[in-house]
Amino acid sequence: MWVSQLELVNFRSYEKLAIELSPQNIALVGHNGRGKTNLVEAIGFAATHSSHRVANSTALIRKGSDQSVIRLRTVNPDGSGAMLELEINEGRPNRVRVNRNQLPRLRDALGQLRCVVFAPEDLRLIKGDPSDRRRFTDDIMVQVAPRYAGVRAEYDKVVRQRNTLLRSGRADQSALDVWDEQLVRIGSELAWGRRNAWRRLDEHVTAMYDVISAESGSASALYRSVAQGAASLEEVASRMTEELARRRREELARGITLVGPHRDDVDFQLDGHPARSYASHGESWSLALAVKLASFRVLADLAGDPPVLILDDVFAELDEQRRQQLLESISDADQVIATAAVRSDIPEGFASRWITIDRADERSAVTYDDGQGV
Amino acid sequence: MYDPVIGELVEELGRFPGVGPKSAQRIAYWVLDADAEEIEQLAKVLVEVKRRVKFCKVCGNVADDDLCRICRDENRDPTMICVVEESKDVIAIERTREFAGRYHVLGGAISPIDGIGPDDLRIHELLPRLADGQVREVIIATDPNLEGEATATYLTRLLADFDLEVTRPASGLPVGGDLEYADEVTLGRAMAARRSSAGKAGVE
Ligand SMILES: Nc1ncnc2c1ncn2[C@@H]1O[C@H](COP(=O)(O)OP(=O)(O)OP(=O)(O)O)[C@@H](O)[C@H]1O
Ligand SMILES: [Mg+2]
Ligand SMILES: [Zn+2]
Repeated sequence: MWVSQLELVNFRSYEKLAIELSPQNIALVGHNGRGKTNLVEAIGFAATHSSHRVANSTALIRKGSDQSVIRLRTVNPDGSGAMLELEINEGRPNRVRVNRNQLPRLRDALGQLRCVVFAPEDLRLIKGDPSDRRRFTDDIMVQVAPRYAGVRAEYDKVVRQRNTLLRSGRADQSALDVWDEQLVRIGSELAWGRRNAWRRLDEHVTAMYDVISAESGSASALYRSVAQGAASLEEVASRMTEELARRRREELARGITLVGPHRDDVDFQLDGHPARSYASHGESWSLALAVKLASFRVLADLAGDPPVLILDDVFAELDEQRRQQLLESISDADQVIATAAVRSDIPEGFASRWITIDRADERSAVTYDDGQGV
Repeated sequence: MYDPVIGELVEELGRFPGVGPKSAQRIAYWVLDADAEEIEQLAKVLVEVKRRVKFCKVCGNVADDDLCRICRDENRDPTMICVVEESKDVIAIERTREFAGRYHVLGGAISPIDGIGPDDLRIHELLPRLADGQVREVIIATDPNLEGEATATYLTRLLADFDLEVTRPASGLPVGGDLEYADEVTLGRAMAARRSSAGKAGVE
């Protein structure tokens, strides 16, 4: 799948931008701070409704405005496609339109655009909090099966309801039993979905790390959850039920839900050591990139049609051999968008379209070059 | 900000369900612009409705007397009770014409965040209705969302000890939704194909 047109209105540094993209590899070049990451962030946001840089979407709205619009056209290999339009509002819910039709819920548009973004901020996947890893997992799961967006939202609500009950002083046996049942019903489904996602991702993480890392170590990923080792959804549910019974007193004492997928994490390991405390900066960066590329592989295999792949500031960090190995491993992509501050950081022969971003008068001036670059 | 009187109006309007601060402000200014007569009429209707409308002593549905229209109707099947969250759900199910029994309106759903527990719902009033053995089936038609499911779980557990069939409308209702917004065909089908709440086979 690829994006053929992108329009931004009051998004980050862009007051107005309209660019044409092609179904091949695109190099996005511009000096630091010109808005390369802003641009790819917009595409990523249109796909997942979340940004890799900020938790709250209002940060994406251009300073001095109260609304941004991301409008883009997706194209599938069979020629079909859609016009996707996201409205990011300050103080009001965001809205989405597909082919000009407003959808009742934002999440109804998930799956319209499948996209994997790797950016330097993804180092958080390795070094950051468990919540960063859960968010990544959920993004993949939702792109594979959009109905999980609903499961996730519902699960967040169960945990909030149950925590309130635990703290309310009204949490008697029968009241808690009711919420345990909801927690298990929805939580087991979420944990099982994540477990399945990591079953697919794990081997690709190892393979991709071999491709891009200059070091010899071997990487792996282990999903830690109530679902770990369980053979079926039912088993996850019965484990949760047991665990809830075992920890009920502790939960009542602390006033929070201690059992369930909101406490999951992923252990990344390098040569059997926990990467979070063991890996060097360079190794962590390679591992984070490997994880993102693994998700690209999984999404490509599942849909039979690779997602858009965005590589923000990647090639500058790799030597010529790794660049070529990386390019080989993603050669089936319909569209790769790579950013760099200078042209020489883009591998030779990579781009079929060069887009240079130059900011003048607070407006972004964009120039195209479909030659092989100069 | 605005004049204290307008501020108060905005605050009051903001307590309406589904009305956020922005809409409250819009409505407030509409009130300011409207004719005095128009507003007096609106105020009169509000007061009148509140004064005249009562709740049925038996089922909790809105009523113009001690008993609601449905509880007064002797043609309604007394062996079936359909439990719903709100009176508006009664109207939604009545529109499907799939149900000829009686109702029980809980007045909400269990939601700790909103401070609503089982004791805040009209569950105490339901139990005596089941005591004389006339009721054979209780259909739990709470909203197909989290709080509705939790309420259904609570009722199913509570009614397990009674000698009754406890059923739920078949799935097919849009999940995460409100019962009253389901269209008649969908809701009608769900009522017709209801299933046992204990996970046993369907009743049909
Ligand atoms: N909400 C916003 N409103 C206006 N400008 C913004 C907003 N958010 C970010 N910016 C501006 O965008 C610029 C950063 O753009 P971006 O991160 O895309 O740069 P970049 O081209 O990726 O640079 P680098 O090569 O350093 O990664 C900054 O100048 C910042 O001030
Ligand atoms: Mg950048
Ligand atoms: Zn009645």
